[in-house]
Amino acid sequence: MYQYIVKRVLLMVPTLLGAAVFVFFLLRFIPGDICELRMVGEGGYVDESALATCRAGIGIDKSIFLQFVDFMWGFVIFDLGTSMWTGQPIGYEIGLRFELSLQVAIMATVASVLIAIPLGTLSAVKQDTWIDYVVRGFSIAGIAMPSFWLGILIILFLLIGTQAFLGEAWMPPIVYVPIWEDPGYNLSMLIWPALATGYRYSAVATRMTRSALLEVLREDYVRTARAKGLLEKIIINRHALKNSLLPVVTVVGIEFAFLMGGLVVTEQVFNLNGLGKLFVESVLNTDYTLTQALVMVVVAVFVLVNFLVDLLYAWLDPRIRYS
Amino acid sequence: MAKLLELEDLRTQFFTTAGTVKAVDGVSYDIEAGETVGIVGESGCGKSVSALSILRLVPDPPGKIVGGKILFMGRNLLELSDVEIRKVRGHEIAMVFQEPMTSLNPVLTIGRQITETLEQHMGIDRQEADARAVELLGMVGISDAERRLKQYPHHFSGGMRQRVMIAMALSCEPKLIIADEPTTALDVTIQAQILELMKDLTRRLGVALIIITHNLGVVARYADKVNVMYAGKIVEKGSARQIYHNPSHPYTIGLLASVPRLDHKRGTKLVPIEGQPPDLTLLDQGCAFRPRCRFAEDICTREIPPLEEVGGGQYSACWQKDKLSQPAPAAS
Ligand SMILES: Nc1ncnc2c1ncn2[C@@H]1O[C@H](COP(=O)(O)OP(=O)(O)O)[C@@H](O)[C@H]1O
Ligand code: SF4
Ligand SMILES: [Mg+2]
Repeated sequence: MYQYIVKRVLLMVPTLLGAAVFVFFLLRFIPGDICELRMVGEGGYVDESALATCRAGIGIDKSIFLQFVDFMWGFVIFDLGTSMWTGQPIGYEIGLRFELSLQVAIMATVASVLIAIPLGTLSAVKQDTWIDYVVRGFSIAGIAMPSFWLGILIILFLLIGTQAFLGEAWMPPIVYVPIWEDPGYNLSMLIWPALATGYRYSAVATRMTRSALLEVLREDYVRTARAKGLLEKIIINRHALKNSLLPVVTVVGIEFAFLMGGLVVTEQVFNLNGLGKLFVESVLNTDYTLTQALVMVVVAVFVLVNFLVDLLYAWLDPRIRYS
Repeated sequence: MAKLLELEDLRTQFFTTAGTVKAVDGVSYDIEAGETVGIVGESGCGKSVSALSILRLVPDPPGKIVGGKILFMGRNLLELSDVEIRKVRGHEIAMVFQEPMTSLNPVLTIGRQITETLEQHMGIDRQEADARAVELLGMVGISDAERRLKQYPHHFSGGMRQRVMIAMALSCEPKLIIADEPTTALDVTIQAQILELMKDLTRRLGVALIIITHNLGVVARYADKVNVMYAGKIVEKGSARQIYHNPSHPYTIGLLASVPRLDHKRGTKLVPIEGQPPDLTLLDQGCAFRPRCRFAEDICTREIPPLEEVGGGQYSACWQKDKLSQPAPAAS
């Protein structure tokens, strides 16, 4: 097992490297560059020499090969340089947003797992009763509803609700403060996007739990457990659930990784300064260094989550042994 | 001897889109304490469903026990509450299933799967249960029990898993074990070992055994009494000796001709029964074996033959049962 972990960690290096090469060259295919964008954006006549100065200033006049070497070197010395657009260190730019996105992703994941497993289980155990229908309705609605739309609804209801009951409309705050500095303030801001995305996410996980559990409940070993006279509660919790969690864990893992950087529209709706928003801005600005770094962060999250999911597999199912 | 279990006119049906499957259609038999009873018949004739019905384990929906009585030590199991029947399961009546590969939970250790039954029914704590589990594995011939208990089913071979299933079945000292094709999925050499083990343990512990199989040879060797099932009904019953040496139903005769026998001279040809068992949704008012029967006559089409004594406690459900002792007419 220990060997396996070391092997997996080492194997992450080529994956990350591949992603780095890919994103680096792909970005260079986008027509135009940051200097043109900046100057044309300011309007008026653009002087060729001014452009050249600008390009030299941020280093995109160098040959592609040299730029690539710089990029790679950045990984070695753990310094990805500065954003081409803002001039701020990339570590700083990403760090600001990473915290927020991570917190939303974790809150959405925790909430959805806490909702999905009991609901999915209930729905499977009570298959084809009204309880099952209600749960299925809940999850189909969650899958059908885009989270940004739910987000808009939430904001509207907050406004209207507070106006009606408190006499004054209240909006969630929009300036991020870390949770350890002011938990109340932080949560009053981030709980809403976590809810909006977590609902959809828990809907997917609920359906997955339900169908996996229904399948497991037909297995021979569940019949054996019944024939042994065990309590239904024990049959579900001890015998069936653990066997049905593998697909649920997979879905949760993928969704979590997606939340870290894929929340573009929802972040817009809640006016959150998260990774998704930064991503869009950096691409629109052809801010090569920042986009590259962001892609690498998201790839790293995916790779890590995959690894954790595989470890969870082995823990859930003793037949899975990695070596 | 007092009857341990009596099935009276048991009827279990499945309500499917293709129609009502009369999987068990008026089955009656009984078993005395400590006795071994065999139930034989081709696949699909309702053996498993009749066994599952006893512990009310038939999946519902689509299955339902629609009639009859199952008297276990005088109590009708069909009238027990869910809590009461749960206390019978695994405690007074235990089951061993056919598929040793899938009947044990892959994510729980063997030890846990044995001790949980003990904790459920015997009111003992984990430690006592562990000690008892070690003892049980020893009884079924698994050595190095303490280490084996910590292992998972995939560490065990098919035969070993079936030993574990037997240990589990014996754990709460039941009065009856129902073994549904316990060796069908195993290699031939292992089959004999497992059957010997079951026979030996049940005899020693005085546990009654219902052994379900499609192999008449197995039954003849290990059972005291035999029930032959066809299309959801018992078509012949008697002592193992009677059934084996003096079959009085064309289906039993056919089954016997299709298995190798030690008391026939070597080289005797094995003759499988031609045709297929009937579709249990389409049974009519005649004898279900009719399309495959060489003895069939007009009456067989019109009326279902009742199960009647042919003598000496042997019963047969066949209109021609008295004419069967003559050599069978040559197959076409
Ligand atoms: N869950 C089920 N749904 C519908 N039909 C079933 C089900 N289980 C068993 N049956 C039907 O009941 C009949 C008897 O099956 P079974 O008792 O398993 O036969 P066997 O004698 O091989 O053990 C078969 O025709 C089978 O198709
Ligand atoms: S009743 Fe008729 S058809 Fe049925 S087994 Fe006897 S002879 Fe054959
Ligand atoms: Mg069967």
